Amino acid sequence: MSDQVLSFEDALERYDPTFGLEVHVELNTETKMFCGCQNAFGAEPNTQTCPTCLGLPGSMPVVNRTAVESAMRIGLALNCQIADWCRFARKNYFYPDMPKNFQTSQYDEPIAFDGYLDVEVASPDGGSETVRVEIERAHMEEDTGKSLHVGTSGRIHGADYSLVDYNRAGIPLIEIVTKPVAGTRASAPAVARAYVEQLRELILALGVSEARMDQGNIRADVNLSLAPAGSGELGTRTETKNVNSFRSIERAARYEIGRQAAVLEEGEKVFQETRHWHEDTGVTTSGRAKSDADDYRYFPEPDLVPLAPSREWVNELRTTLPEPPRERRARLQAEWGFSDLEMRDTVGAGALVLVEQTVAAGAPAQAARKWWLGELARRANETETELSALPITPADVARVQALVDARTINDKLARQVLDGVLAGEGDPDEVVAARGLAVVSDDGALSAAVDEAIAANPDVADKIREGKLNAAGALIGAVMKSMKGQADAARVRELILEKLG
Amino acid sequence: MSDLTRLTAHQQAELLATGEVSSVELTRAHLDRIAAVDGAVHAFLHVDEHGAIEAARAADDRLSKGEPASPLDGVPIAVKDVIVTRGLPSTAGSRILEGWVPPYDATVTERLRAGGLPILGKTNMDEFAMGSSTEHSAYGPTHNPWDLDRIPGGSGGGSAAAVAAFEAPLAIGTDTGGSIRQPGAVTGTVGVKPTYGAVSRYGLIALANSLDQAGPVTRTVLDAALLHELIGGHDPRDSTSLTDPVPALVEAVRAGAAGDLSGLRVGVVKELGGEGFQPGVEARFAESVELLRDAGAEVVEVSCPHFEHALAAYYLILPSEASSNLARFDAMRYGLRVTPEGDPSAEDVMRATRDAGFGDEVKRRIILGTYALSSGYYDAYYGQAQKIRTLVQRDFDAAFAEVDVLVSPTSPTTAFPLGDKLSDPISMYRQDIATIPANLAGVPGISVPSGVADEDGLPVGLQVLAPQRADDRLYRVGAAVEALLEERWGGPMLAQAPELEVAR
Repeated sequence: MSDQVLSFEDALERYDPTFGLEVHVELNTETKMFCGCQNAFGAEPNTQTCPTCLGLPGSMPVVNRTAVESAMRIGLALNCQIADWCRFARKNYFYPDMPKNFQTSQYDEPIAFDGYLDVEVASPDGGSETVRVEIERAHMEEDTGKSLHVGTSGRIHGADYSLVDYNRAGIPLIEIVTKPVAGTRASAPAVARAYVEQLRELILALGVSEARMDQGNIRADVNLSLAPAGSGELGTRTETKNVNSFRSIERAARYEIGRQAAVLEEGEKVFQETRHWHEDTGVTTSGRAKSDADDYRYFPEPDLVPLAPSREWVNELRTTLPEPPRERRARLQAEWGFSDLEMRDTVGAGALVLVEQTVAAGAPAQAARKWWLGELARRANETETELSALPITPADVARVQALVDARTINDKLARQVLDGVLAGEGDPDEVVAARGLAVVSDDGALSAAVDEAIAANPDVADKIREGKLNAAGALIGAVMKSMKGQADAARVRELILEKLG
Repeated sequence: MSDLTRLTAHQQAELLATGEVSSVELTRAHLDRIAAVDGAVHAFLHVDEHGAIEAARAADDRLSKGEPASPLDGVPIAVKDVIVTRGLPSTAGSRILEGWVPPYDATVTERLRAGGLPILGKTNMDEFAMGSSTEHSAYGPTHNPWDLDRIPGGSGGGSAAAVAAFEAPLAIGTDTGGSIRQPGAVTGTVGVKPTYGAVSRYGLIALANSLDQAGPVTRTVLDAALLHELIGGHDPRDSTSLTDPVPALVEAVRAGAAGDLSGLRVGVVKELGGEGFQPGVEARFAESVELLRDAGAEVVEVSCPHFEHALAAYYLILPSEASSNLARFDAMRYGLRVTPEGDPSAEDVMRATRDAGFGDEVKRRIILGTYALSSGYYDAYYGQAQKIRTLVQRDFDAAFAEVDVLVSPTSPTTAFPLGDKLSDPISMYRQDIATIPANLAGVPGISVPSGVADEDGLPVGLQVLAPQRADDRLYRVGAAVEALLEERWGGPMLAQAPELEVAR
């Protein structure tokens, strides 16, 4: 049942990809979109519910003002128009985790529309280029509950039974929809990824969402179609749902390009449908058929009055906007003293915010960059997770660097501290204590080890006495070995020179 | 004090205030009356003897300390089953909600409890308020106290019949296209549909959200005003709730009861009469108009040309909203659950439950609404209906530029025999021809008794409509008509109703 896939290079030789993204952002408001229930992650199932978010007969929605503000701020930050007048609409379909069997959303009257985000992507020549991704709309809606299908398959079909948690039902979402992005050719998957990364950066800067992809705060659907190269046409698209990491967005787009190209090469038609992304195997599989005739029977929500944000309100919100992403990147690069290449790599790794937060926690910028793009990027890659999803905070990283700077640990031990933090053993200080990782700078213990090394290597000792100080390295190595790496190398050197000087 | 139940709510409140009667006595008297006659009338789906007596005791406690919670503290009330009541079953007349006990109170319920009114029980209704006869209740029809073989109107037949049969002095109704006013007309009682948004809809199981409005069901205009003032006013839980203060309704009743309507301009709606209206209904209406003129009102004929399309527009908007509202009844969280044989999926359970739990009229309207909202049909049906709605609103605007209130018969006929229109939905729908325009425009309306038809001796109602937020005008005019007619009859119209046989 696995699909034929053409190689990416072959596919691009014959076809032009066009993509679009629908990104759902879960807002971090105190309460839900239409009721006073807490909006918090991880509570006991069905404890954050009320008549309204359970859709009990007779219950009614009331719009969360903060959510409306967040929606408008997102819209403004994406250079959108803010509607003078708009309404909520009901999107009608049946699903067990949707309490009313309609989703209160917006249809043809979104709160924000016609904007853009300038996205920076690495160009093939090693520099970076800016791609303008046009935003069609950003609208408000509510989340559904969460179904857990219990049984061997983990899917609704073939489940023994299903459990539903309505805590998530009614949590405010902003859906941001791009216009079709054409002409990016081989960069299409990277642009798609960069768009979501930089959108997330903007959302974080706005402070309107926790923006954690691993907790589903940001969820992306990738629409993709192919047209014969140079034809300028728009092919039939597929919609790959819930692609929930940056890396997967790129992979899913690449996969769909290859898969659709293979279908077209066979002289067949791409079937308009939703597809599921499989993180483990890196493929998409057919979901349900989707057509433009998909009928949600939208109509204006009669329980809510239209929303008519005054221009004063909109202008007031405009003053609360964070620095635009491009200017922000330029400022940070200057502040940090990064080269263009270093900056590009930082942005490309999705580490801009992490580095910024690590610097804010007290680490030097180069050290922050070194940890996130070096050791931690390697760990993320190994475990196929996002950098930001690693179970370590920027404050932890800054603390590790501080311990190195204080010579409590050295670089080698620092890696072991990171291991401990990533393994959930606690914060860096706790890991150092529990694992006994602190370097020994106690002169008593070090002095004994140095004497031992001198005794065991008389010829080396002689060379040092003769003034060949470079030979000290061999003795330091011997001491480090005997102390299992936990010695303060600089102090060891000092002791050797004192004893032999 | 065997006649306690015959007193108006206002009179009952006066006796409570002076301590001549206790709320427990009063509540007990109504519970006894329910026990005696409700077997024949079937106005109630659920009677809460325990809860009502307990609330009455608490009221007596307050009254004895001279600290009444409201002007109606201690006066019992019946509540239409479409309004949710914490701890009391709320089925909306549907099998699909059989046994469902809501965990919360509607705002109206809260205000009744806060005002100290013992809730006697929940009244019968057409399933989800879809009907004009209460015959579409899943729990059997209510019978008209004037003639037990006839309908009590609908959808709020239970509330109207309970009041008409002296089972309760007050009741709460809801009116989407006439469900308070038409039952009022055919049972000889008073029913008010307030301005849209004047009474909170929070906790009202929605039929059609843009049309629904809860209001008082009583025997006198003054009682309606007292109840309306208690339940009305802004509610932050209902976004469509008006923020204005409740107008001085009781004051308007006192002004109107003097019988002087000098300076009032009254419009007779040309389109709400003639073909389809029973002769006895038209005769009583003509008399009422004369009465208004005699009381000093200036009466003119006005035309509302788009009213003729109102019924059609209503039967697109209502089913559209209803089809979506009723989607939540899917057996997943509450209410009936029917599990088919074999290894059914969630969808199979939903299908089987909705098939068994909804009655024919509900299914009919779900199908109509689903169709009207479907892609490709939306503009032709739902969209077009909304345009008609705007035109109806403009008709009202134009009319109210000329006159202060509009009048018409409430219902084109008197109560028809049970079963008469069950196989002819269109003819059933036409019962609401005169009441529907008010819901489409959100304007308030009242139905007051205007006598009995010569041909069948059954009650006829006069409808008075006012501009949005001018509910006080209804009370002024209603009170005047009531006072003048009662003077002519030598007592309330319900005194002309036959005595119900009392079960022993």
